[in-house]
Amino acid sequence: MNYAIRAERISHSFADKKVLNNITFAVQEGEIFGLLGPSGAGKTTLIKILTGQLKQKNGSAALFGKDTAKLTALEHSRIGIMMDNWGLYERLSAYDNLLFYADIYHISHSVVNETLKDFGLYEARKLPVSKFSKGMKNRLSLARALMNHAKLVFLDEPTSGLDPATTKQIHEALKEQKEKGTTIFLTTHNMFEAQYLCDSIALLSRGSMIECGSPVDICKKYNHLNRIEVTCRDGKKVSLENGSQAIPLLKDYLEHNLIETIHSTEPTLETVFIELTGKGLDSNE
Amino acid sequence: MSNIIAIFKKQMKDTIKNKTIFIQFIMFPILALIMNNAVKIDGMPENFFVNLFATMYIGMAPLTSITAIIAEEKEKNTLRVLLMSNVKPREYLLGIGIYVWTMCMLGAALLCISANYELKLSLSFMVVMAIGILASLLIGAAIGTWSKTQMAATSITVPIMMVLSFLPMLSIFNTTIAKIAKYIYSQQIHLILNQIGSLKIELHSICIIVINMGVAAVLFRIAYKKCGLA
Repeated sequence: MNYAIRAERISHSFADKKVLNNITFAVQEGEIFGLLGPSGAGKTTLIKILTGQLKQKNGSAALFGKDTAKLTALEHSRIGIMMDNWGLYERLSAYDNLLFYADIYHISHSVVNETLKDFGLYEARKLPVSKFSKGMKNRLSLARALMNHAKLVFLDEPTSGLDPATTKQIHEALKEQKEKGTTIFLTTHNMFEAQYLCDSIALLSRGSMIECGSPVDICKKYNHLNRIEVTCRDGKKVSLENGSQAIPLLKDYLEHNLIETIHSTEPTLETVFIELTGKGLDSNE
Repeated sequence: MSNIIAIFKKQMKDTIKNKTIFIQFIMFPILALIMNNAVKIDGMPENFFVNLFATMYIGMAPLTSITAIIAEEKEKNTLRVLLMSNVKPREYLLGIGIYVWTMCMLGAALLCISANYELKLSLSFMVVMAIGILASLLIGAAIGTWSKTQMAATSITVPIMMVLSFLPMLSIFNTTIAKIAKYIYSQQIHLILNQIGSLKIELHSICIIVINMGVAAVLFRIAYKKCGLA
């Protein structure tokens, strides 16, 4: 199995404050991996370690089998990064920002206009970035991270504070990248985003990894109720045990067209997180 | 090399839209041009204002602009993203350094035009300016590397800039200041510029300038080792 990212027993602290504690996980090539946790859980620190911006105190981190501290400039150029504060040249236009990076990545200037069109920024290409909305800056930052056809992309809170329409656009762009074979590592505290996008996730709380796996498997694992909840057309609510014994009644309801809605009771990632930590993903640590 | 050119081009576009940096490059040359033509006092040395503003220019323009550029890039995380791409720290520093040096040399050319020197003196003037600008660039790069934010950079740059720019001027009026100022490269540059007509440079002036540049290089190395660029 080929791993794009391998982290083994990573620990890190700032002065006396331990921010990461014995983190171990692996991300397969071509998958979308989500790191979920509330603000202050250590997500950005972990991204900095994985991208070689910060040297961990203990443990090891490798990208495509190579120690992150030993990545060459050429290897860095195959990694796209979208940080939470964009890192864009605000006085320059969107076009000039991407043109500069096209020069840095040694790619054709024609890619710039194509990328701007792909991310819906072509019309605003001549505007200085300082005049952009938060959503536009996010899209431009993502466009820059992806314009080099990077093999691996790190995204720190890519949709934080964005409206639903822009969020959807970014989600679609990420799905498209995954189809092209790009490995995507993203941090988020949005459980819907994680469930919608990610093949695997890790839940991070106070610097420790408390759960890791596919969102479906994690939700199944914590489905203590294991029931089916049916709302009938007459408003009646019925809760059935999720098993073969529910079949006759469900069959009867279906035959008589009585069902308005039907749901299983597996928890959401938010519920799992609350169960494990006692607080929600939107809290601060 | 292509990365250095890309950074140079990006910085040129950015400066056109960044009035604070742009003014640094043109303020003293324009002031010198105006003053040298407008103010004529009996007994005033030839090209007094050109030499005075050239010294101030060396002490201010390269120092403040390279510090501001590096500190802003660090503060706004653009440098971190850049270094995570295909750019090595030395390529970034060379790109920015060559850019500021070139812009300052254009300013120096304007100062030279104001002085109306003949070709030989013009070349000497430009060489002396090039050396002075280089020394200030090294100090500015050290401060920019050391500082995490623009505010922090400004708080270090302003006093150093005042010393480098104003001591040569104050030493005209005060011999005690002149005794101290002679150990600073900007004062030596000022003295060389004042005697540029004779095309004679004292050995001790060269030694002081070289030692100053060496100290600046060591300071930069310490700042880079301690803080890095991103």
